[in-house]
Amino acid sequence: MIGAVAERSVEALGVRLVVAELGDRSAPTVVLLHGYPDTKEVWEEVAARLASRFHVVAYDMRGAGGSTAPGDTAGYDLERLVDDFVAVIDQVVPGRAVHLVGHDWGSISGWDMVTAPRLRGRVLSFTSISGPSLDHSAHWFRARLRRPTPGALGAVLGQLGRSWYIAAFQLPVLPELTWRRVMARRWPGFLRRVDGVPAGAAVIAPTFATDAAQGVGLYRRNMLRRLNRPRGDALAHAPVQLVVARRDPFVSPRIFDDLDRWAPVLRRRTVDAGHWLPRAHPAQLAGWISEFVSDVEAGHAVTPQGRLVLVTGAGSGIGRATALAFAQPGTRVLAVDVDLAAAERTAELVRLCGGRAWALGCDVSDQDAMERLDRQVFEEHGVVDVLVNNAGIGVAGSFLDTGVEEWRRVLDVNLWGVLHGCRLVGRRMVDRGSGGHIVNVASAAAFTPSKALPAYSTSKAAVLMMSECLRAELAPHGIGVSAICPGFVSTNITRSTRFVGRSAEEQERLRDRSTRLYRRRNYPPERVAAAIVRAVERDQAVVPVTVEARAMQLLGRLVPGVVRRLARLDAL
Amino acid sequence: MLRFLVMDDLSRFRAVQRLAYDCAEAVAAELEPGITEREAAARMRRWLAGRGVEEWFHLPFAWFGDRTAFAGFHLPHQFFPTGRRLEEGMPYILDVAPVVDGVAADIGYAASLGENAISARLCADLEEYRALVLDGVRAGRPLRAVYDDVDRLIERHGYTNRHRAYPFGLIAHRIGSVSGPGRRRTVGGFGVRSLRLLARQAAVGRRGGWSPFWGPGRGSDHPATPGLWAVEPHIGFRGVGAKFEEMLVVTDSDAFWLDDDLPHVRRWHAVAATA
Repeated sequence: MIGAVAERSVEALGVRLVVAELGDRSAPTVVLLHGYPDTKEVWEEVAARLASRFHVVAYDMRGAGGSTAPGDTAGYDLERLVDDFVAVIDQVVPGRAVHLVGHDWGSISGWDMVTAPRLRGRVLSFTSISGPSLDHSAHWFRARLRRPTPGALGAVLGQLGRSWYIAAFQLPVLPELTWRRVMARRWPGFLRRVDGVPAGAAVIAPTFATDAAQGVGLYRRNMLRRLNRPRGDALAHAPVQLVVARRDPFVSPRIFDDLDRWAPVLRRRTVDAGHWLPRAHPAQLAGWISEFVSDVEAGHAVTPQGRLVLVTGAGSGIGRATALAFAQPGTRVLAVDVDLAAAERTAELVRLCGGRAWALGCDVSDQDAMERLDRQVFEEHGVVDVLVNNAGIGVAGSFLDTGVEEWRRVLDVNLWGVLHGCRLVGRRMVDRGSGGHIVNVASAAAFTPSKALPAYSTSKAAVLMMSECLRAELAPHGIGVSAICPGFVSTNITRSTRFVGRSAEEQERLRDRSTRLYRRRNYPPERVAAAIVRAVERDQAVVPVTVEARAMQLLGRLVPGVVRRLARLDAL
Repeated sequence: MLRFLVMDDLSRFRAVQRLAYDCAEAVAAELEPGITEREAAARMRRWLAGRGVEEWFHLPFAWFGDRTAFAGFHLPHQFFPTGRRLEEGMPYILDVAPVVDGVAADIGYAASLGENAISARLCADLEEYRALVLDGVRAGRPLRAVYDDVDRLIERHGYTNRHRAYPFGLIAHRIGSVSGPGRRRTVGGFGVRSLRLLARQAAVGRRGGWSPFWGPGRGSDHPATPGLWAVEPHIGFRGVGAKFEEMLVVTDSDAFWLDDDLPHVRRWHAVAATA
């Protein structure tokens, strides 16, 4: 069936299961569990790819394909599916532990296996594709109904809208009739239309009509039972890799929001695709499975890695405060600054706070340096989960006094620096496919015209717009983009600001004066850092920080004429 | 009005400062979990009273936990010892200022009960501040500029300036010999004769264009005036504060720390020797 492989049958409680094996038996074993209304053939493409590195085992679930069906609906209880799994591995790889991969009902039952105390140590890892644990889902619904905020209710409705067929399956006879008389013929077309499975990949088994009609028992036996009385201790005892399909017509991505609670070691992957990933994206899936299994075998994924946070301009001010705000046990912080000593100091402070940190020297405006940094980070630490493009410089003074070189410098650092960061890390995040977040520190100057800060404001306005565009582009990949717009924050940017068209002496005086003014305003960078952490948590788009930033944003919308008049005032 | 400082006088100040540090070290050694700030302050008072101290530049202070960083301090009364209890791993600061025969000292001692990585790091970093202040004063820089230098170092270290929380944000104040009536009386925790000394110096300073209170404002836009200054840079990080306070001697042409044989200085030297 699956390629040219050894097939055998395994006797389990009341049923006989057909099991296929591929690959070298001495390699780590990966067991593939198919869903409904599929057979093990749904794994064809994935199994062929995995077989070069692993010992792959796939079997037809009871009542599907070549396996026999239980006599009654009780035979479809999830517990029986776990029994089947135990019977198969006891026969095929006696005494050995296995890696588990489940799709749809294979994943739903996989959750029962990876949370079952009797299988602790026998299941080494679990990759879950488009099939949430019924216990976790029940708790997910309850938590949202207990605190029915609009967002929570929206999420609940989103899932219910995708679950209509589950209710329909509770009806007697009708579902079976529909499968046998109508859907059996229309299934490939349905897969293409509803789920976007390519025409060639939508193959159906000869036993399809019978499998689909019998398998309705899965829904009748388990759904209401588990949703009404979920287990409270369904904790995964092995590392879990969750593959979330963003366009799944049956499973809302939101249903996995609380999964960290149940899976202590969790790796998330997001893909912009529908429900039948094993058919539509076998190469991507095989790549993720083999990477995860290899990591677990090597002991890499067993300890939680913690988020990888990269902050530019981390040697002082908002950047340092942000690095520290992310510092907590488990988190890995990369402090990047053009001043390596300052970055080292930040890394040291992060470590003092219990986080792990490394310092890297880099001029964000230098394309080559940024590309080197990107490669180095990827090789030494992996893909960044949260990128904070914070590095920036200040230039003040009138437009006509600002020289071409000064324009170039401020745009190089404030705009190109952010752009390089987004470009390089954004690409890595998309390729990895498990989401992430990019924060760009713009400024209230981005929406506040002023004759005192034309160059600076222009650079920050560009950053703001770039963030908004990028947010739209990266949304399908589960990557959030936030622009932070602080007002007057007490940092050393005022000490290094270049006041164009002024003598050196006056320059010093103005720096001192603005530093004192900003200090008197007394808005600490730590509060901006807290806003950045919040923006990541809540995936906020544009966040004005400080009262003056909020006020200018509001004025700009309500009375832009006033803002234009204010722009004419002499600032210093 | 200013007394001319001779070496003989200095040795008397040095003796009182050592006595104060001995007191802080002795009380610190006996601190245990559960003791309150009030009890720690009372122990310092008893320890010094037992050695004949009857007069105070100010009554002893003790701060535990995040009170070492003056977290949420807005009003002067918050500086006084409270019922806050010391716990294992908590930072603490003892600040004691006895007067012996009219000779005043004012010292600060920071540490933690058991391990506290942040407190240890802050205390180690204070060494740079001690050098920075001395260099600035020696170079004849205006005190306000030295204050800014300290702020810049705090910023570079990633800490916060906690002396800014003291009344008027002072990093230092003049100190010296006290005289006149009211030896045993205190007002608001400060000795009456000490307050009189400061008031007198403030009056003299006003005429001469200087201030006995070294703060961030224009009043400190002058080089250090000859005499004794009690300097207390106070730094904080994430709810942990640390400081030292010791006397800086300023003469017409030079400046130096009154004593280099103090607990924190010895500790820095020990670390440097093993490094």
